Amino acid sequence: MNILVCVKQVADMEAKFKVAPDEKWFLEDDIAFKMNEYDEYAVEEAVKFRESMPDSNLIVLSIGAERVKEAIKKALAMGCDSGVHIKHDKEYMLDSYSKAYAIYEYAKDKNFDIIFTGMQSQDRGSAQVGIILAELLGIPSVSTIVSFKYESGEVEVKRELEGGKKGVVKLKTPALFTCQLGLNTPRYPTLPNIMKAKKKSIEEIEFSYSGNLAETDKIYFPEKKGGAMIIEGDPKELAQKVVAFLKDNGLA
Amino acid sequence: MKTLLVAEYRENKLLESIYECYGFTKQFASDIVVFGVGISSDLPQFDRNVKFYFADSSKYGEYNPDFHKSLLIKVIEKEKPEIVIFSHSSFGWDLAPRISALLKAPMLTEVVEYKDGTFVMPLCNNKLRRVAKTSGSQIVITLQGGAGQSEKGSVTPELVDIDADVVSKYNFVGYEEAEKKDVDLTKANIIVSAGRGVGKKENISIVESLANALGGELGSSRPVVDAGWVSHSRQVGTTGQTVSPKLYVACGISGAIQHLAGMKKSEKVIAINTDKDAPIGEVADLLVVADLNQFIPVLIENLKK
Ligand SMILES: Cc1cc2nc3c(=O)[nH]c(=O)nc-3n(C[C@H](O)[C@H](O)[C@H](O)COP(=O)(O)OP(=O)(O)OC[C@H]3O[C@@H](n4cnc5c(N)ncnc54)[C@H](O)[C@@H]3O)c2cc1C
Ligand SMILES: Nc1ncnc2c1ncn2[C@@H]1O[C@H](COP(=O)(O)O)[C@@H](O)[C@H]1O
Repeated sequence: MNILVCVKQVADMEAKFKVAPDEKWFLEDDIAFKMNEYDEYAVEEAVKFRESMPDSNLIVLSIGAERVKEAIKKALAMGCDSGVHIKHDKEYMLDSYSKAYAIYEYAKDKNFDIIFTGMQSQDRGSAQVGIILAELLGIPSVSTIVSFKYESGEVEVKRELEGGKKGVVKLKTPALFTCQLGLNTPRYPTLPNIMKAKKKSIEEIEFSYSGNLAETDKIYFPEKKGGAMIIEGDPKELAQKVVAFLKDNGLA
Repeated sequence: MKTLLVAEYRENKLLESIYECYGFTKQFASDIVVFGVGISSDLPQFDRNVKFYFADSSKYGEYNPDFHKSLLIKVIEKEKPEIVIFSHSSFGWDLAPRISALLKAPMLTEVVEYKDGTFVMPLCNNKLRRVAKTSGSQIVITLQGGAGQSEKGSVTPELVDIDADVVSKYNFVGYEEAEKKDVDLTKANIIVSAGRGVGKKENISIVESLANALGGELGSSRPVVDAGWVSHSRQVGTTGQTVSPKLYVACGISGAIQHLAGMKKSEKVIAINTDKDAPIGEVADLLVVADLNQFIPVLIENLKK
């Protein structure tokens, strides 16, 4: 089996963001980056599947600046066989179509049987790259999967719908799946596996496609609508304030 | 601007989201047409006659991306709308990118607002907002729930039947219903919810003890359920329950859109969070900036006094 998993490196959402002077992105200086949460589930599913298929090859791919190698290395330490880094210093200026196209250019003659992506990226939340990639490759795809089963060329997945309902879908490989939170329990790389991963290769490719259909014009902080009363300080005083709030509202 | 709205049907029922798409679209579009794969006994109604491109679900079944996409592309080729709008649901976020890919048209996901002639999208868990410049003559949009004012009328649309011959490799087998719930949060007056900020399973009991002290029920955000710390019946949000208690206390919950969708109708909201910029602040009345594991025991002490 030839398997591909696509990962994005994103900012820690709890970071204190500052808008960059050109207003196209935020300043990255003091920000910690990590693997997109949805992609951790994608990597875990890909690794589990790969482990159940001895003669397989599992490639992890990421587009972005030099720092995204960390996300690739994490995926290698989780169990991917080798990495592909499509280099682009300003990944945030790329739209979903051009990222999907760049992955398509790489993947089109590699005969991947199964491709996993995250359902969406935590920063952009576009939920597009995986599905567009599948459409470009001309293979079927299922989004938002919360269960994955493979048996002799056929895959049965469950798609998450609203309110806890699920849709069951069957299809034959090749196919692409976008992974939802809760699909599995992503493993933590162990120290020996982190060491082993250092020997795994990461192929570098220059990003060459220039076909953005949409480009970020501006980012900004939303105006605080109504907004909460924010209280900080000594826990005892805070507790008294909360109790007073509850009493004022007849809740305690 | 000509705009095409995509209606969603599930199990032969039209979903109300079409009226929100309609209300939103009226802000800028003069010419509106609608597409849907459904049943002719349950048609949308608007405040004027709108052309409705209709395919019968008795022929095409429940959502199948191949059928829906082929039918929809036909309508787009005929009508040449400048904007195609979906609701950002499991249906919309699945179908919209396929249309974007086929048309090679830019797609804007989860639009929250139309402002100064552009579409606004959330960025970084809604902490920031983003607007984009697009190229070409068409764009595809998914609309976040709540972005538009729902507008329903009493005029039944004029139907235009459409057909497509497609083979699909996508085999929809059926639905699996949600698990039975062992608690009904929708009836609770007070809900105290635990989010990922609790850090570990053992700390759930800290949040639970606050729920007990206030005489309320324990709720949670999704990661806490995914980790198996709390049962799914306590999950609040789009894929959990929609609640409207008198008091909602969000402990270590950032306030992602999908969580807010389940609790923003609460009368009073208190958030306990170490991050004072957490988006939960948008819907909270009181945001206590503190480590919940240290703060909650102190709060319980004070409640007993
Ligand atoms: C299709 C779809 C459906 C979804 N459905 C749901 C749903 O129904 N319900 C739902 O909740 N989510 C849902 N989600 C997930 C949602 O997008 C978020 O990922 C989730 O709500 C985040 O949960 P959280 O706030 O607990 O965690 P995080 O976003 O990780 O936030 C943790 C918060 O805890 C704070 N914190 C950390 N440590 C402490 C501490 N010691 N004391 C106090 N605060 C602390 C942090 O500052 C942060 O704000 C869905 C996602 C998708 C894509
Ligand atoms: N820069 C990237 N490199 C590799 N994969 C990506 C990148 N951006 C997005 N993806 C993949 O596409 C999924 C959906 O991302 P998005 O369409 O941006 O919400 C992610 O979960 C990743 O699997």
